[in-house]
Amino acid sequence: MTYGVRGATVRFGDRLALDDVTVEVPSGSVVAVVGGDGAGKSTLLRALVGEVVLDDGDVSAPGAEAIGYLTASAGSWAALTVQQNIDFVAGVYGVTGAALEARRSELLGRAGLADVSDRLSSQLSGGMRRKLGFSMVMVHRPELLVLDEPSTGVDPVSRIDLWRLVTQAAASGAAVLMSTTYLDEAERAASLVVLDRGRVLAQGSWDDVRASFTGTVTSGQGAVRPEWSWRRGRVVHEYWAEGEQPTGDVIAPDLEDVVIALSLVRRREAVPS
Amino acid sequence: MILKEFRELRRDRRTLGMLVMMPLLLLVIFGYAANFYVTSVKAAVVGPQASQVVALLQQQEQALGKQYFDIVVVEPTDTQADAEQLLQDNTVDVAFVTGGTPIVALVDGSNLFAAQSIVSVLNRAGDKVSTQVLYNPELKTSWVMVPAIIGLILTFIGTIITSIGLVKERESGTLEQLAVMPIKPSTVILGKITPYFLLASLDMVIITVLGMVLFDVPFNGSPFAFALGAALFLFVVLGLGVFISTISQTTGQAIQTAFFFLLPQILLSGMIFPLDAMAAGVRWIGYLLPLTYFTMISQGVMLRGASVASLWVPYLVLAVMAVVVFTGATLRFRRDLAPGRRRRKSSTTESEAQAVAS
Repeated sequence: MTYGVRGATVRFGDRLALDDVTVEVPSGSVVAVVGGDGAGKSTLLRALVGEVVLDDGDVSAPGAEAIGYLTASAGSWAALTVQQNIDFVAGVYGVTGAALEARRSELLGRAGLADVSDRLSSQLSGGMRRKLGFSMVMVHRPELLVLDEPSTGVDPVSRIDLWRLVTQAAASGAAVLMSTTYLDEAERAASLVVLDRGRVLAQGSWDDVRASFTGTVTSGQGAVRPEWSWRRGRVVHEYWAEGEQPTGDVIAPDLEDVVIALSLVRRREAVPS
Repeated sequence: MILKEFRELRRDRRTLGMLVMMPLLLLVIFGYAANFYVTSVKAAVVGPQASQVVALLQQQEQALGKQYFDIVVVEPTDTQADAEQLLQDNTVDVAFVTGGTPIVALVDGSNLFAAQSIVSVLNRAGDKVSTQVLYNPELKTSWVMVPAIIGLILTFIGTIITSIGLVKERESGTLEQLAVMPIKPSTVILGKITPYFLLASLDMVIITVLGMVLFDVPFNGSPFAFALGAALFLFVVLGLGVFISTISQTTGQAIQTAFFFLLPQILLSGMIFPLDAMAAGVRWIGYLLPLTYFTMISQGVMLRGASVASLWVPYLVLAVMAVVVFTGATLRFRRDLAPGRRRRKSSTTESEAQAVAS
């Protein structure tokens, strides 16, 4: 089964939040959505779960009982304990009795939260809270899992844990669409979508995106054209379009370079001449 | 820093509104409504000499040049029991029973300020009139305040506590999570409101019993009549709480907005300043407020033992308010929970803009 949106266009007043976006999320795979602030990541995710109505285009998603949606905020009720949070959501999806006991134990065990099941959600660390949120949306074994920046603000160890949980969900057959600001996570996804100001700049597997990237990226101590450059650690990277003669050491761009370069090109094109 | 503060303030329309509206509101209220002196009371004259007594009262008032007793009932065939019924039904504030010597003046003590004024006026008549204050013989302020305070507490829970509870859900993002779950909007609304309804009801019982124990406030009427009025009133104030939550993004905004609803209810519902003594220009505001009608019911039932039938007007007004406010507010809340069913707005809403920015 493949879920997703086709030709999705969403306007908020004069602002075009999504512009003819098509994304496919096949069962058993992870699709990562990357992009800067205001790129339209959350709008895309919210459109898929029915929280935002499309002005144009189609949504293909299962019914609410087969969707698991983790919002960008806490994702759990602060004044409930870990167990009470799980039990409440399970109750909504009709998971009760022995099935609930088993599922709760399995989810909390996988998330490393079994020892803190009586702790209030508000007393959990940021990483633990996100893992709880993830466990809550997984309680009913959803067919479509939509995760809005599940690892943002989470420590590196918890990020690894979360990524493991996400891949396990996909391995068990769920179609996973997640937004992330961490490009290393996106590189690991089966497919990625690069969004900028509501438009898709690139999509496909990391290999596909890298192969379709045209132009050259150089690395050096300074930039020849500052408007086409960005700092990476102690060095400055610069984008050169096809046909331009690059100055500096040519490097193999990683996803961060590709995303920045594509965004710069898009913004350059958007500037009226 | 000062410039930054002004810039922030300019964009915080609620605080700005409060800064502008609050002084105006207080000026209007204390200028026109803050008046304890009742200048006119409704009166009934019954008994065989009713016509003569009416003529006498009118003669004296003409001599004084002002009309104090607004005589709305003159029934020579009625008895003292009929007069008491008129007071119980809140048809009049004072009833003169003629036929004996001296004339008996029955005063409705549940309308405290009117009663104090009437007693003061009748005392000047000396032995010609025997004054009896019913329903609050010692004219205790606590007796009229406790029934009103019950309404105020219900208003507090219904508007402030309910709106905070709902806005917290929005602030934490769990409302959006609930919206995606296979749970009906009506179930979410019912689940969110029922605990506040029950807690407010429990609070009401506690305050009523405490008022009776601590201040000896009587409960002369039917508990059913009281509960019916309280339930209708609760639906109105819970509806207000839900409505406030739909126009507030943060807890602070909800409290600010709820304050706007709460303050006029305290000052203009007749709870502190008698409605009859207010200038007509502000009195009509009092008649738009639900607490005004709940106070009529609670004071009527507790002190006068009034029946549902005799209080049909406040019951009817509260019922209409409950249907309009509660339905409107829950529909707005439901719209937040089921965006797919609503028509898209042409302009960017605050929450949508925030979502796009993230």
